[in-house]
Amino acid sequence: MIISVASGKGGTGKTLVATSLARSLKDKYKVQLLDCDVEEPNDHIFLKPTITRSEAVLIPVPKVDEGKCTYCGKCAEVCAFHAIAVLGEHVLTFSQLCHGCGACSYLCPEKAISEGSREAGVVEWGNSDGVEFTHGKLTIGEAMAPPVIREVKEQANKEGIIIIDVPPGTSCPVVKAVKDSDFCLLVTEPTPFGLNDFVLAVETVRELDIPCGVVLNRAGVGDKKVEEYCQKENIPILLTIPLDTEIARLYSRGITLAEGIPQWRGSFLKLFDRIKVLIDERNRCFER
Amino acid sequence: MKEIVVLSGKGGTGKTSIVGSFAALTKSKVLADCDVDAADLHLLLSPSAKEENEFWSGQVAIIDDKECTQCGLCQDLCRFGAIKDCVVDPISCEGCGFCFHICPANAIFMKENLAGRWFISNTKYGPLVHARLGIAQENSGKLVATVRQQARKMAEKLGFDYIISDGPPGIGCPVISSLSGANLALLVTEPTLSGIHDLERVLGVCHHFGVQTMVCINKYDINENNTRRIEGYCLSQEVEVAARISFDNVVTEAIVQGFPVVEYSQGKVTHEIESLWQRIT
Repeated sequence: MIISVASGKGGTGKTLVATSLARSLKDKYKVQLLDCDVEEPNDHIFLKPTITRSEAVLIPVPKVDEGKCTYCGKCAEVCAFHAIAVLGEHVLTFSQLCHGCGACSYLCPEKAISEGSREAGVVEWGNSDGVEFTHGKLTIGEAMAPPVIREVKEQANKEGIIIIDVPPGTSCPVVKAVKDSDFCLLVTEPTPFGLNDFVLAVETVRELDIPCGVVLNRAGVGDKKVEEYCQKENIPILLTIPLDTEIARLYSRGITLAEGIPQWRGSFLKLFDRIKVLIDERNRCFER
Repeated sequence: MKEIVVLSGKGGTGKTSIVGSFAALTKSKVLADCDVDAADLHLLLSPSAKEENEFWSGQVAIIDDKECTQCGLCQDLCRFGAIKDCVVDPISCEGCGFCFHICPANAIFMKENLAGRWFISNTKYGPLVHARLGIAQENSGKLVATVRQQARKMAEKLGFDYIISDGPPGIGCPVISSLSGANLALLVTEPTLSGIHDLERVLGVCHHFGVQTMVCINKYDINENNTRRIEGYCLSQEVEVAARISFDNVVTEAIVQGFPVVEYSQGKVTHEIESLWQRIT
């Protein structure tokens, strides 16, 4: 079962929810946490896993053998990303723009293009007190997060509970991370910014046809509009975390709710049970 | 003309509240919301849209099932796993066109993609350029570039001193696009371990692109040990901490009321943001 934790707006508490959920479930279930916020991965701060393995994420980029090249320009013509250009008797490649689609090397009539690679980031594996842990880290200065996200998701177990921490926003990295989830938990806060970005996040998961529910964090901080919207759109609020200085203090020190205030374990277990019921209901709907 | 971009690495540290306040503190500027994924600045500035434009970017492959012979070559060659059973999943398709070039039956064509919209709006604080990336779209970096280009054009035309951009979270494509060539990056952080970790990464990106950087520690009093750690780190990196801003729920109240906090309150936070603005200009 794959549960992704997303938000639209950044800083609403995805990491706190994902790591607290993992910690709360680990005694009862086999739990794996995949941190797909590869631009700013933070789950390792809360779970403090022992990293046992690390592997570079490589994106294939073209390498031109100018001995074979006739400067016909076919590669530049087919590259949709302007990552290769032919100027007179020179071929220039711009590896930062290359998506690694492989069109240039396949279509070169002289077979003058082979594939080298550039490192877009790393994937690291570890274990944190019974939670299997994997995260990706985008290399500083590198623009493209999706290949690193793809590589992290490749590590998903076939069974057990897989929790995916999703980057903020609504664009392609978010979709790549959320896609194929059985359920998406949307973490938001009751403020106009929280609502605005939450509505966008709901549109995104609906576009992907993934059932969703809400964790309302810092409840009491702003207004009631998120709750009104959820009611109108028939989106269940599955857990409410109040605005509380003790929780904020724990968060600032990188401590999960499950460890900092053990009563919260029960709340996260209940949250999981409600998610299971919602997934089952939906599956039954499809069977009918 | 000076272009100031406000970034943070971690989301939710207070970028938009600070940019909204800067908007109220200076006259001669154009505002740009470069968080095209989840733009919020307009919620503080009550804009009236003056101009709306379509943003066409990238392509998506489509297979004509009448021409398709189901040979499966496209599916074998697609590196993005976007083709299954001779149907293209537009969400996985990166628009490279490899399938279009190799299809032996010429059954694949590429369709231009409406990736979002961008707007020029009037606000009582001055012009605002902002955008909305379509759901699940790529090319946020290109849309950010469009927003910045329009903001620059307008600032030049009006002879303004500043462009103030509200940046996206993270360190990837849209951040790089917001940052490159700016005169100053103001990094808003918070004294949490996540905030510190993410600050280090976004500062790395600023150094990588050679952009002058200053740091602002927001909600500094929620964990003063961590605040001191950030200050120590900034000292070691030779980056100036331009301000510490106190935690005060008045910031959220101002958001709820739809005003920049410096207009809503005359408290401590307002004075701290005012001196931050003086420090960076």
